[in-house]
Amino acid sequence: MKRPVVDTAETHRRLTRRALLLGGAQIGFMAMLGLRMRHLQVDQADQYRLLAEENRINIRLLPPARGEIFDRNGIPIAVNQPSYRITIVREDAGDVDKIIDRLSHLVALDPIKIERAKSEMARSAPFLPVTLADHVSWEEMSRVAVNAPALPGITPEVGLSRRYPFKADFAHVVGYVGPVSDYDLSKIEDPDPLLRIPRFQLGKVGVEAKQEDRLRGKAGNKRVEVNSVGRVMRELDRREGQPGADLQLTLDQQLQSYVQARLGNESAAAIVMDCETGDLLALNSSPSFDPNLFVTGISVSDYNALTESKYRPLAAKSVQGTYPPGSTFKMVTALAALEAGVMSAEDTVWCPGHLEVSNRRFHCWKRVGHGHMTLNKALRESCDVYFYKVAIDLGIDRLSAMAERLGLGQRFDLPMSGIASGLNPSREWKETVRGAQWLVGDTVNASIGQGFVLASPLQLAVMTSRLATGRAIMPRLIKSVDGVEPERAPAELLGLNENNLRQIRKAMFDVSNNRRGTAYGSRIIDDAYRMAGKTGTSQVRNITTAERAAGVTRNEDLPWERRDHALFVNFAPYDNPRIAVAVVVEHGGGGSTAAAPIARDITLRALHGGTPPLEAYPTRDRDRIEAQQNRLNAVIPDRNGNVRGERA
Amino acid sequence: MSYLEYSIKSVPTGPRKLLYLHWPLILLLCAVAGVGFLMLYSVAGGSPDPWAEPQLKRFGLGLSLMFFVAMVPIWFWNNLSWLAYGGTVLLLILVEVMGSVGMGAQRWIDLGFMRLQPSELMKITLVLALAAYYDWLPPERTSRPIWLLPPIALILIPTALVLRQPDLGTSILLLAGGGMVMFMAGVHWAYFAAVIAGGIGLVTAVFQSRGTSWQLLKDYQYRRIDTFLDPSSDPLGAGYHITQSKIALGSGGWTGRGFMQGTQSRLNFLPEKHTDFIFTTLAEEFGFVGGMSLLGLYGIIIIFCVIAALRNRDRFSSLLILGITATFFLFFAVNMSMVMGMAPVVGVPLPLVSYGGSAMLVLLVAFGLVQSAHVHRPR
Repeated sequence: MKRPVVDTAETHRRLTRRALLLGGAQIGFMAMLGLRMRHLQVDQADQYRLLAEENRINIRLLPPARGEIFDRNGIPIAVNQPSYRITIVREDAGDVDKIIDRLSHLVALDPIKIERAKSEMARSAPFLPVTLADHVSWEEMSRVAVNAPALPGITPEVGLSRRYPFKADFAHVVGYVGPVSDYDLSKIEDPDPLLRIPRFQLGKVGVEAKQEDRLRGKAGNKRVEVNSVGRVMRELDRREGQPGADLQLTLDQQLQSYVQARLGNESAAAIVMDCETGDLLALNSSPSFDPNLFVTGISVSDYNALTESKYRPLAAKSVQGTYPPGSTFKMVTALAALEAGVMSAEDTVWCPGHLEVSNRRFHCWKRVGHGHMTLNKALRESCDVYFYKVAIDLGIDRLSAMAERLGLGQRFDLPMSGIASGLNPSREWKETVRGAQWLVGDTVNASIGQGFVLASPLQLAVMTSRLATGRAIMPRLIKSVDGVEPERAPAELLGLNENNLRQIRKAMFDVSNNRRGTAYGSRIIDDAYRMAGKTGTSQVRNITTAERAAGVTRNEDLPWERRDHALFVNFAPYDNPRIAVAVVVEHGGGGSTAAAPIARDITLRALHGGTPPLEAYPTRDRDRIEAQQNRLNAVIPDRNGNVRGERA
Repeated sequence: MSYLEYSIKSVPTGPRKLLYLHWPLILLLCAVAGVGFLMLYSVAGGSPDPWAEPQLKRFGLGLSLMFFVAMVPIWFWNNLSWLAYGGTVLLLILVEVMGSVGMGAQRWIDLGFMRLQPSELMKITLVLALAAYYDWLPPERTSRPIWLLPPIALILIPTALVLRQPDLGTSILLLAGGGMVMFMAGVHWAYFAAVIAGGIGLVTAVFQSRGTSWQLLKDYQYRRIDTFLDPSSDPLGAGYHITQSKIALGSGGWTGRGFMQGTQSRLNFLPEKHTDFIFTTLAEEFGFVGGMSLLGLYGIIIIFCVIAALRNRDRFSSLLILGITATFFLFFAVNMSMVMGMAPVVGVPLPLVSYGGSAMLVLLVAFGLVQSAHVHRPR
């Protein structure tokens, strides 16, 4: 086939036209690409630069060290100790099952946790560590470290975990920490991002919870560069957090541990308070529990045992428990009457064993009556009828006002959970809450701390301090924060007549030191430590006329729940009061037999600052007391939390 | 057709041919490939392994092939067109059969030292065949419907085969490239207008039918279209690549983040960063200036080629050069539109820059043909 050598002019012109058209279109399209590039790279550059940085940079929080808690002498009672855990990185381990099998020969592994870890590994990226075992002991940790070459991908990691060296002794005051739960998060508005760190520990109850803001500290952070699957490539910068503040409590560890041991397994509460400053030296509730169990995760059976016990070990009875104060309230009635001038200390009242008020018979605890009673005798022997009569003259308004001044019915703001406000009944209260009119009989009941009156051991200790000093003592639990002690002015005077106070104090002295006093059996014979106290035995049930006739009122014959509460309050030394003590033994029977001996032991211990000399006790008791001292000293931990004869 | 029949006044012979090569074009190609080596070095984290070095070797091989092809007279390649076209179609069928027998969706034939993708080769041989067809066809018949059928068949057969692989990107390139050659051969513009109008109509119909009883596509296909139109609607799913690609591009700014400082590519946020998305790495690290420079190089290549085509009085040579230029243009136009979020992700490499053996070799052979046409042009 023959064709012209050169294309015809027309064909070539057409080709040229078309080629230029298409070439122009191509150049035009490229210009559009350029414009698009300009739009992305110049107009929107800042926005995309930001997105790229967001892609690249990941901010990781660095949890701060939690503040530690010390007693008044600097003995640590809540500390951070290294906690060891074992993690595995899938991509380094290779054969995960084989490695875990080898590890199980060195460390006790929980099969349930291992199953959970394996499923977590299957889900997460291969370079992320997965925890195999938590709270591993130092010995096990060392074994793993020594065998590290045979365990690729296994890393022992150290974190900080809370430990309470005195176990049960401070459980109710200090409380405990635990992992953050969804419930915790739901309660907090705008929660600190720290709380979302796995394994972060949050104060759950007690000082740990109430002082959480101080103890927690501020999170640090580090910025890391991550790639598209989240692997950390390098650390860009790091800002260390601010550790939480250390707290010093007013409590005295040696005393607190002693009181806990002394209370033993009774369902009881005891408070020792510095009656000049309000410093709480010991604040106990028994039985107690080991808060360390909650830190590592308490087992269901242990937890159920704690919640189901009728002795309520989880309750801080010293501040949460409220009891009818019984005869310990009589100082309030007596002081109110003296201040109001409705009677003088020398006036006598005839106690025939009962008093008829508006057709109702109110009994004295002593069926046959006390005879002629002065204020001193009535307090010393705890005559009920005397106070019935005084209170009828006094009226509830003035009685209630005095109770208020002495600290009853008010909620003291201590950093503890569930502090009770008790109940200081008044005319107004009964009308608004009960919707009924106040009756004379109510006043009669209130005069001896029964009826509506409810007080917590803390309130009783405050009341006793105020009686001992005449000042508006306020309880205090935090001594200093990070070594800084807040300035405190001495408590203001209550404005009570000193003579009247002296009458009350003398009567309280006689309770403990007069042969006829209700607590004479629990006296201190060392003159330097003489105490002034008051017993209380409060009924938790009404005694029916039939019961009274049958005479079956012996506590020992009743079931535990229906027995009387035993109370005792005191201050000491009498001449120069330093401490106030309140002891409540739930359903313990009589105040003089169940509560007073405990209060005496605690008082002596607190005043002496160690095991008190036997000479402070009446001769008759010394053998028994010595045996008790030996028994208790063997179980009281030393300042490191070690109990004698028990390995650290 | 013999050498003598193809009457030429003076055509250089022997080593003298080297002097008549289009050297500026060769330098431009080397410059573009150089950009490619640099970027491959960068995305590998500052290492010639695993991409830059093999790419360099392949470029060397490709360049030798280009010179070889350029030395052979263009009329030889003209005569070989049909054979080449037929052979490539057979290879396409071969991979199709092999793929269905074993291996799954295999697109290549293993030559030992490299994997040859017949679909890449097809881009050249189709242009060769079309150029040869219109060279043979008397110009007055160009627009007659009956004479339109053979070139349409030439285009549709390999397109259908490639689409079956499935390789949407290459099919589009074949279809558009073939169409462009037909356009330049002088087919009446009304046909193209009709095809474009039909295409627009079809797209409109597809969108209009959504949610009606006569819906033309499956729901998931519509979702893919949605993701393309608005990648932010599914930033971690199908829109991830586009979103990350735009972030990389945009974060480059005017002058970029610096060589090997691109966080998006270095930290693997970019998909396929050494192949289809390599342009984003360039734009991230060298910014608007870098991106425009590459675009400029491509533009100059296009202009040089069009000029070379127009200066060539041989119809086959002109059509061949223009066809190859059009294919080259389609390569980077589709790729760049894709990474800039202007086109769906279809898997077209950036010519001479993306890592990949077949595309690089085929392109260099194609430019060898351009050189051959240039050297052996009638004078």
